[in-house]
Amino acid sequence: MNLKLKALTKSIWVFHFAAASCNNCDIEILDALTPKFDLERFGILLVGSIRHSDVILATGAISHKAAVRLKRLYEQAPKPCLVIAVGCCACSMCIFRDSYNMAGPFDRLVPVHAYIPGCPPKPEAIIMGVVKLVKALKKG
Amino acid sequence: MAKTIIPVGPYHPLQEEPEFFKLLVEGEKVVDVEIELGYNHRGIEKIAESKSYDQVIFLVERVCGICSTSHPIASVNALEDLGDIKVPERALYIRSIIGELERLHSHLLWLGLAGHFIGYNTVWMWAWRYREPVLDIFEKITGNRQHYAMMKVGGVRRDIESDDIPEIWKMADGLLPVLDMFRGAVMDDPVIHARLKGVGILTKEDVFAYGAVGPTARASGIAIDVRKDDPYAAYPLVDWQVITQEEGDVFAKAVVRILEMYESVKIIKGCLDKLKVVGGEIDAKVKEIPPGEGIGRHEAPRGEVFHYVRSDGSNRPVRYKIRAPSYMNVPTNQKSVVGGTVSDATITLAAVDPCYCCTERVSVVDKKTGKKRLTGQDLIKLSQEKTFRLRSRGLE
Amino acid sequence: MAEEILARIKDKFSTRILKVFEKSPHRIYIDFDSKDIPKVANFIFREMRGRLSTVTGIDTRRNIELLYHFSFDSSGTIVSLRTLIDRDNPEIESVTPVIKGAEWIEREIHELLGVDFINHPNLKRLLLFEDWPEGKYPLRRE
Repeated sequence: MNLKLKALTKSIWVFHFAAASCNNCDIEILDALTPKFDLERFGILLVGSIRHSDVILATGAISHKAAVRLKRLYEQAPKPCLVIAVGCCACSMCIFRDSYNMAGPFDRLVPVHAYIPGCPPKPEAIIMGVVKLVKALKKG
Repeated sequence: MAKTIIPVGPYHPLQEEPEFFKLLVEGEKVVDVEIELGYNHRGIEKIAESKSYDQVIFLVERVCGICSTSHPIASVNALEDLGDIKVPERALYIRSIIGELERLHSHLLWLGLAGHFIGYNTVWMWAWRYREPVLDIFEKITGNRQHYAMMKVGGVRRDIESDDIPEIWKMADGLLPVLDMFRGAVMDDPVIHARLKGVGILTKEDVFAYGAVGPTARASGIAIDVRKDDPYAAYPLVDWQVITQEEGDVFAKAVVRILEMYESVKIIKGCLDKLKVVGGEIDAKVKEIPPGEGIGRHEAPRGEVFHYVRSDGSNRPVRYKIRAPSYMNVPTNQKSVVGGTVSDATITLAAVDPCYCCTERVSVVDKKTGKKRLTGQDLIKLSQEKTFRLRSRGLE
Repeated sequence: MAEEILARIKDKFSTRILKVFEKSPHRIYIDFDSKDIPKVANFIFREMRGRLSTVTGIDTRRNIELLYHFSFDSSGTIVSLRTLIDRDNPEIESVTPVIKGAEWIEREIHELLGVDFINHPNLKRLLLFEDWPEGKYPLRRE
């Protein structure tokens, strides 16, 4: 497993999965693509298919309907696939933890490798989280 | 930059995914649309019953990230309606400034997404680039780019310092040439005319039947706007007007949003001017909410946000009801998308400005065979390709 | 304008109104028996062009209370029709056949509070996922 993780060198392909979020974290993730922050200069590329992804940027507190979709998508993701929980909801469900309709947080359903708290975390924080994780993995 | 694809839609080849929009097609024509909710249902109304009123305002802020201050404004309006609470004048101006800054960032966001959906990625990048100064101002005066925590019953939580007023003014004023640019880019471009005019029409009668609100209604000539109809905050205290168009198509909806941004700049400037001379408290220091019921509304970027609250005199609501504008607007797609083509579907769905995540979860099913043909991402590609064809045909 | 709205409703339904509460010039609450709601809603929607903003359902423990909130935009008035229905057998005639915009909120109240909307064209779940147990209504106070 560790050898494969070390192979994540050049471009990190990131898949964005929103599970019952208020969309703030999602917009901040997309904001990271804009010229002001420009994800791509770190070699981070947002992709449209889970089958191509190295990293899942996961947002939201996960409703039951979203949990169903998450399980299916995670199965399709080529392993190793790292999951980064972006935002308080993804990290711990936050204010939605007592809700009757929530199945989360993410680490209850899939392994999570990094947590980026914030409501929402700024694009800088998101980029830093992804870069930090990859650097840590490269070290082994 | 041009090569980047926004993945607004996961690719899911499996059949039983919970789609938000399921379009039934015969050939290229959309004959029916099924809409499925529940993906984002977080049980907020139930959670509200176990929170204090102050906590409820923080809770409802997170109903939607883009319209983040809209729900708190409706919330404090509902509680102030319930308790007959008068808000100090200075706080009213601050409320409207926050509300209109939000309208600016939200409409710019929409403009960017709409541009992307029809293949104008430069519009997308520019719109989102000019959104950043708005978010920077938010961060400066509230501490956060989104979820500003500015509203409280009887006032606002933070004042706008007089030192900040020139900077806010400069940012708002600086948006005017940008808006001129978008106006020219959208309203004068013959390809965009060909692409958006006559597409996704919603008639006046349909607006009324579905109870549609916001730009979705105003683009069909129905001049409803809570800021004028049931005035609150500083909206009756400054000079501005309601924007309408008549045609009810996607083009009209885009024009309404662009022209509304000019009005937002006007309102912000008007309120800033008043803040220079109106001093005093920003908080009525409300100690408790009496028993009773209250209704509060706000004209969010997407339309009327409606909150109903019932109190029994304790510090928690007996019942808290939230109705977001998209709840009324999204069903109108049963009229506007149906009858159109598959390549127009994405921009039509996007035209009512639903929750961004919802537009992505679209699938297209062949009515005869029941087989899934296309995903949300395919639809966006189709939409972009149509624009490309129109452009390369060279319209005079 | 608000007085005219109330006067017109009073005039048409004088014998059916149970109670009127004018909270403020722009917030009026009128109580009706549940079997009169469709007629009144129809009148307000068709004749008076009132816009249905939404419907609120409340479990008051004694009964289920429904509030149909109609907005008269030209005057900024909200008229809320209030009705009480039996908690153990909550049913009421749907207004969706007349007001298309009521379709979703009646479905939502059906699944969250257990109210049966008779003659609703499509009374299936709106928000809760399909494995959510039948008979369990999240907004009820059990």
